[in-house]
Amino acid sequence: MMVKYIGKRVIYMLLSLFLIVSATFLLMRAAPGGPFSGEKKLPPEIIANLNKFYGLDQPWYIQYVDYLKSVSTWDFGPSFKYKGQTVNDLISSGFPVSFMLGMEAILIALAIGVVLGVFSAMKHNKWQDYAAMVIAVLGISVPSFIMATLLQYTLAMKLDLFPVARWESWAHTVLPALALAATPMAFIARLTRSSMLEVLSNDYMRTAKAKGLSRGAIIIRHAIRNAMLPVVSYLGPLTAGILTGSFIIEKIFGIPGLGLHFVTSITNRDYTVIMGVTVFYSILLLASVLLVDILYGLIDPRIKLSGGKKGA
Amino acid sequence: MQQIPKDMFEPASVDLSEAEKISRPSLSFWKDVRLRFRENKLAMFGVILLILIVFMAIFGPMMTKYDYATNDLVNANKPPSSEHWFGTDDLGRDVFTRTWEGARISLFIGLSAALIDLFIGVVWGSISGYRGGRTDEVMMRFADILYGVPYLLLVILLMVVFDQGLGTMIIAMTLTGWINMARIVRGQVMQLKNQEYVMASQTLGANTNRILFKHLIPNSMGQILVTMTLTIPSAIFTEAFLSYLGLGVPAPLASWGTMASDALPALEYYPWRLFFPATFICLTILAFNVVGDGLRDALDPKLRK
Amino acid sequence: MSRLLEIKNLAVSFKTYGGEVQAIRGVNFHLNKGETLAIVGESGSGKSVTSQTIMRLIPMPPGRIKSGEMLFDGIDLAKKTDKEMEAIRGKDIGMIFQDPMTSLNPTMKVGAQIGEVVIKHSKVSKAEAKKRAVELLTLVGIPFPEQRVNQYPHEFSGGMRQRVVIAMALASNPKLLIADEPTTALDVTIQAQILELMKDIQKKTDTSIIFITHDLGVVANVADRVAVMYAGQIVEMGTVDEVFYDPKHPYTWGLLASMPSLDNEAEEELAAIPGTPPDLTNPPKGDAFAARNPYAMKIDFEQEPPMFKISDTHYAKTWLLHPDAPKVEPPASVQRRMRKVDNVYSTPVLAAKDGE
Repeated sequence: MMVKYIGKRVIYMLLSLFLIVSATFLLMRAAPGGPFSGEKKLPPEIIANLNKFYGLDQPWYIQYVDYLKSVSTWDFGPSFKYKGQTVNDLISSGFPVSFMLGMEAILIALAIGVVLGVFSAMKHNKWQDYAAMVIAVLGISVPSFIMATLLQYTLAMKLDLFPVARWESWAHTVLPALALAATPMAFIARLTRSSMLEVLSNDYMRTAKAKGLSRGAIIIRHAIRNAMLPVVSYLGPLTAGILTGSFIIEKIFGIPGLGLHFVTSITNRDYTVIMGVTVFYSILLLASVLLVDILYGLIDPRIKLSGGKKGA
Repeated sequence: MQQIPKDMFEPASVDLSEAEKISRPSLSFWKDVRLRFRENKLAMFGVILLILIVFMAIFGPMMTKYDYATNDLVNANKPPSSEHWFGTDDLGRDVFTRTWEGARISLFIGLSAALIDLFIGVVWGSISGYRGGRTDEVMMRFADILYGVPYLLLVILLMVVFDQGLGTMIIAMTLTGWINMARIVRGQVMQLKNQEYVMASQTLGANTNRILFKHLIPNSMGQILVTMTLTIPSAIFTEAFLSYLGLGVPAPLASWGTMASDALPALEYYPWRLFFPATFICLTILAFNVVGDGLRDALDPKLRK
Repeated sequence: MSRLLEIKNLAVSFKTYGGEVQAIRGVNFHLNKGETLAIVGESGSGKSVTSQTIMRLIPMPPGRIKSGEMLFDGIDLAKKTDKEMEAIRGKDIGMIFQDPMTSLNPTMKVGAQIGEVVIKHSKVSKAEAKKRAVELLTLVGIPFPEQRVNQYPHEFSGGMRQRVVIAMALASNPKLLIADEPTTALDVTIQAQILELMKDIQKKTDTSIIFITHDLGVVANVADRVAVMYAGQIVEMGTVDEVFYDPKHPYTWGLLASMPSLDNEAEEELAAIPGTPPDLTNPPKGDAFAARNPYAMKIDFEQEPPMFKISDTHYAKTWLLHPDAPKVEPPASVQRRMRKVDNVYSTPVLAAKDGE
């Protein structure tokens, strides 16, 4: 039952991961200026490192297998452009920063989004509902990087309320986290609202009222608990969105996170870093989607035991 | 007891067949959808906005005497004026002209990506949904695994490796973008194929193609339209995203994304260079989102009044 | 026989997109302690609205009690605030709804859902509430109650779920149980079980029951008295014997005639009442049933008939009972069933107050 459910998802995840790892490998070979192309305009130490890591003198299928092996042992190889630095170094220095930023954004998006959504649903068809949903549509329509620039320009540059860039104090985290959180927050608000509205129209709400429960008890114990299920499902795509959003946000605010390294490596065509970080991110994303699925399975009792025993 | 004339107690002529008449006039499906859509003020606003933007995309560049690529370094970075309605950029190019040229590119990308997603998705989803069984399982498993590949990462990878250009970008976007449409179409087809008019059609000897094209796909049109309308803003977003990463269309072509990204370094001094493309990105995405939402609500049977 | 519930002149309307729907247009009835009253009618007759109005479950807007009183043990429920009703719902009045699949919260354990009622109305601990839940599950005939109390609704079959709903409604020993089509969504065999259960419980606990249904077969099984509703009004009311064996309203005749019966003549077609109920945004001027009534007279289209008293317990709202009305014969299948019923007045009298 539960094990089968998880097992299936893990296999899918590994297959997708396999696809992406292979894709990065293939693309590396196709890249102009990549280590496999003829132009060896690189300093000899790097060529030596690359050779060692990729076995450039070996036939491609052996290189492929070696690559898969090293990925599975969490070794992403040396940087293309930075002598002496490995991809792993960049990941371990940058990821904690990005993680913190991401977590902040997720928390803001969840907290405000859910509250806004529930509030909207309770005031259905009144002006508060309409206003909140218009704001939500705006939130979804303004890309995070434009929001970031907007916040930076108005609140930091012109009004001097927050620092413009860098990652030195709590105040530095506010604008970037807000920019990252804006679109997901709007999504969550809309999702929560429609989920609440659906739940409120269900028969068991009427049953709860017929039992004499107070309005508050009905909303919290019966409505919100059921309305949250789709929001939990959304946590997967949410993580993906925040992760990819962080690339540009970190660039705009000069935050030394993994996203910034990634963006820089793109501009520099630092192929090993691009590959390594891509694989790392993919693992991260697939793992978080899996975790969310498991979480959902734990919360919704109908999933837990489906395929198991049914009542007599 | 009140006095009632005796003749009131004579039998009245009751035409019982009259009793079976239906009183309210019925509306055809699409007429109902159109009516409901029109009532949605926000959605109608979106439609007007879209019409305006498309109009300007077509005619905007012709409204000025400037060209989107000609440099005029003497007049670089000038704020909006009667000469240059949206100001100029760092190479002295007219921002107004470039904005509407950029509109063409961004809209083209959005539309192409959506259309390609549409074709692949509809074909894949309808075959998978109609055939069912093993075929369906295999097709959807493949789609699921492909879907697991993080979309933006894949797009970035492809843009890094291959020649930057419009074609590459669209291919990159549609490589996994069709899966959403496929799922929706499959869902619709599976729902509809069990309806009686399909069985009737089969009994009359219609082949699969005919059933698909004449019955199942047209009846899924609603959901297909909604999905398409919501794919376009996503493509515009992705294009802008790629541009910010330096992976956008090559100069001197301008898309809104590249214009905004180019404007970033000098934001503090020449804000108009970011303002215009950024605003239109947001407005266009907003318009499509709102129209898509409106369509979805207008098609929802549960919201019928 | 003391009266637990008295509904006087109840009128309820809904403000809608298309106008004001007069769902209930002057309803009078009462319920004695310990008895079962069945309210019968087709969809749209107002029977569900009536029961939900008693519990004040109708959202007010768009609903509105335009007039009338609902005296429960002397207290007018129509005047109570929502907060005051919270103390009555689940405690003095319990309610069972139609579809057991959707009336239970899918993410909450069954024991907790029953326990909620107990905790709300008697301030006991969670452990005691759980004990009571197990007791109730036993009362409604669910096997292995100690295990099942920790299960979720989807682990129960339809009939079992309805038993859980009944257990929930009885949790605080209510004086009145309102059952709104409790067996409609269930298989016929399960239906019989549930009805037996309810009769059994009534014997044990002496609860008064209002049973709403469109199925006359169910009525014959469980009810002491019957009220027939049409287009928001009660058109006939009496004991089960009176309504089944001596019906006076053409609509009741229609309902009885459309009941399949084992002793139908082989070639006889099943009679159906043609047409549909009237649009209640614009109720007809006279008798609401006139347009579908083969026995309609001219006056049926002009004036609404008053309630006529046929015996102390039997009432019908039709001009056919007026002394000047022609004598009509009910349809053959109804006539075959008819029997002599005691205590009938020699001529019907105009009811002083409806339903009195």
